[in-house]
Amino acid sequence: MDLYEYQGRALFARHGVPVLDGGVAETVDEAVGLAERLNGRVVVKAQVKVGGRGKAGGVKLADDVDEAREHAGNILGMDIKGHTVKKVMLTVTADIDSEYYFSFLLDRANRTFLCIASTEGGVEIEQVAEETPDKVLKLPIDALTGVDEAKAGEIVDRAGFPADLRDQLVDMIVKLWETFVSEDATLVEVNPLVRTPEGRALALDAKVTLDENAAFRHPDHAELEDAAAVDPLEQRAKAADLNYVKLDGEVGIIGNGAGLVMSTLDVVAYAGERYGDVKPANFLDIGGGASAAVMAAGLEVVLSDPAVKSVFVNVFGGITACDEVANGIVGALGMLAERGEKVEKPLVVRLDGNNAELGRSILDEAAHPLVIRVDTMDGAADRAAELAAKGA
Amino acid sequence: MAIFLNENSKIIVQGMTGAEGTKHTRRMLAAGSNVVGGVNPRKAGTKADFDGNSLPVFATVAEAMAETGADTTVVFVPPKFAKDAVLEAVDAEIGLVVAITEGIPVHDSVAFWAQSQAKGGKTRIIGPNCPGVISPGKSNAGIIPADITGAGRIGLVSKSGTLTYQLMYELRDIGFSTCVGIGGDPVIGTTHIDCLAAFQDDPETEAIVMIGEIGGDAEERAAEFIKANVTKPVVGYIAGFTAPPGKTMGHAGAIISGSSGTADAKAKALEAAGVRVGKTPSETARLMRDVVKAG
Repeated sequence: MDLYEYQGRALFARHGVPVLDGGVAETVDEAVGLAERLNGRVVVKAQVKVGGRGKAGGVKLADDVDEAREHAGNILGMDIKGHTVKKVMLTVTADIDSEYYFSFLLDRANRTFLCIASTEGGVEIEQVAEETPDKVLKLPIDALTGVDEAKAGEIVDRAGFPADLRDQLVDMIVKLWETFVSEDATLVEVNPLVRTPEGRALALDAKVTLDENAAFRHPDHAELEDAAAVDPLEQRAKAADLNYVKLDGEVGIIGNGAGLVMSTLDVVAYAGERYGDVKPANFLDIGGGASAAVMAAGLEVVLSDPAVKSVFVNVFGGITACDEVANGIVGALGMLAERGEKVEKPLVVRLDGNNAELGRSILDEAAHPLVIRVDTMDGAADRAAELAAKGA
Repeated sequence: MAIFLNENSKIIVQGMTGAEGTKHTRRMLAAGSNVVGGVNPRKAGTKADFDGNSLPVFATVAEAMAETGADTTVVFVPPKFAKDAVLEAVDAEIGLVVAITEGIPVHDSVAFWAQSQAKGGKTRIIGPNCPGVISPGKSNAGIIPADITGAGRIGLVSKSGTLTYQLMYELRDIGFSTCVGIGGDPVIGTTHIDCLAAFQDDPETEAIVMIGEIGGDAEERAAEFIKANVTKPVVGYIAGFTAPPGKTMGHAGAIISGSSGTADAKAKALEAAGVRVGKTPSETARLMRDVVKAG
C-alpha cells in the first residue's frame, strides 16, 4: 500500500524524523485554518499518488492566508494524470541550501534490504543513477543486524554527505530505519532531504509503501487505506474477502489461483482481438475452495459490474474436485435467484483437472439456460469473448 | 534422482495438527510420502492419527529430527507464527523447508532468508506462499495434488500453483521428474535459477518448463542463467501480459512497477536465451510436446 505524502510525513514525525510543521486539509476552509495556525509563508501541495504534481500546478507557495486560500481552492479538485486531488497538505517553508536523496527499500532480487543515498536530491534518482552513477550509494543492509549509529555513520560517509551534518543525519537515518522496520515498510524514501542555510537537516518529502501482509501487526494501518479512492466493486469484493481487481473490459473473469486467473485474462484478451477487441473486465481469484457460497459471492460482484457482458468461469480442479466446483456454480446461481438477483449474462464454464468428467455432467444435468460448457481454456475464452462482443 | 525431494525424503509437518496441516498430511501420506511426524509444542508427546497411520508430535523441529531422522519440513503454520517456525527449522539445520503459508510479511521472509544464509546455506527454503514440491511416484511435500500426473521426464518450476497443475495435467502422458512451486511472493527462498541448475544436473530430467509471472526481474535473470548454463531444452510461459501497471494481481509479488516487471520484457528475455515461450498454457504444453518428441 502506497501512502500519501501527508501520511508518510505523519509516520516520520511519529518516529522522530525531523519534518516541517504542517497538516492536511480536505476543504478550502480547513486549509485556511491551517494557514492561520502556521502563520506565515506556507507551501500548498496536492496529495496524489502520482509523480509530476509540481509541473501540473499542484504545488504552490503562499505568502499569506489569502494566497493559501486561493491556491487550496485551485488545487483541490484538480486532475493530475487522472487522479483527482481530494486533499492538500500545507507546511511551513524552509530555505534550502542543498538537496539530497535517501531511501531504504526491499531489494527483491537480492532478498535483502537496500539503502540508496545520494548528494544529488530533488530529482528522479533513476536519472541520477544513469547519468552520474558514482554519486549514488547503494548499500545492502543485513536484515539480522539492521542499521545502528555505526552503520548510519558509514552510510553518511560513503554517500559523501557533509561532515557538519553527520550527527543530525546519523540520527535521522537510524530513525528512518526504525520507521522502515517497525512499520513493516517496503519503501521509505526522502527526496529531497534538505540542508537549510542554518545547517539543519530536514525530510521535505515522505514516500512510504507498507506491506499489506503485515496488517495483522498494525491495526492502525487500516485507517491509512484510502477507501474513497478504491473502486466500489473492489471495496465490495474486499468485504466479502475476495481477491478482485477491476479492469476496463467486458468479459467478467472468475478463476481459482492467482497465476491461472492472470493467465485467463491474457487468453481472453487474445481471443478478444478476434471480436472487436473485447477485454477482461476484472481479475477475481476465488482461491482453492470454490464452494457454492464463495462462488455466489464472486458471481455477485462480477455480475454487478455494468460493463460485464459475459462471464468466464475458469477452474482447474487441483485440491478441490471439479464436481464440488460444478455444484458450487449451480448452487451459486440458485442462491442468486433466491435473493431475487437476475442473472441475465451468459456464463462460459471450463472445468478441468480432478473429477472433471463428473463436474461437467453435473453442469449438463442442471442445464441452466445461461451456462455454456466449453472444455478447453482457449476454446472457452474464445466463446466468452464472442458472447461479450454480441452482448455489447 | 529427481530434485530436492525423492523416495528417501523423511518429512515432518510444522502445524500438522491444524486444519490445513491435517488435511494435507493425510493427502501427502496417501500419495506415498514418507511423513514421519509433526511439530506442535502444545501437543508434544501426543500422537496424531491419519487413517490408521499414527504419527508422533514433537515439541521442536530439532527433537523431531533427532527422533525420526527427518530431512524435510513442510510449514503450514499461520502467518503470525510462520517466521518463528521457519527460523526454528533453519536453526535446526534441516535440509529442506517447504513454506506453504500465504500472507507472511516480507520483513519476516527477508529475516529467515538472512538467517539461512548466516547459517551457511545448509537449509534450502522453498516458498513461502507456494504449493510445494512433488517428485511424482516418489514423494510429495506440500499441497500439489499427487494424482494429476505420474513420473516422467519433464522438470517444472513455477511461481503459480494452479498454472503448475494446469501444465502438469496437459503433459500428464509424458510425466514429470519434479515440479517445484517456488511461490508468488516478492522474496522467496528457492528461485527459478536454483531449480534450473538442479534440473540441468538431474539425469532424469530431459526438458524443463518454466512458468513465470509479472513483477520483479527473476525471469530476466533466469534467462541470463539459461543462456550461460542450461543445455537442456526449456519452454516458458509468462502470465500477466494484459495486467495493468500498479495493480497487484493476486500474488503479493505480481505487480508491474513503472516500466519493470512486464510480461513482454520477460518473454523477450527468455526468447533471446533460446527459450520457446507459449502465449497460453495450452500452447506452452504443445511446445513442450514438440521438444520431447524431437528429443
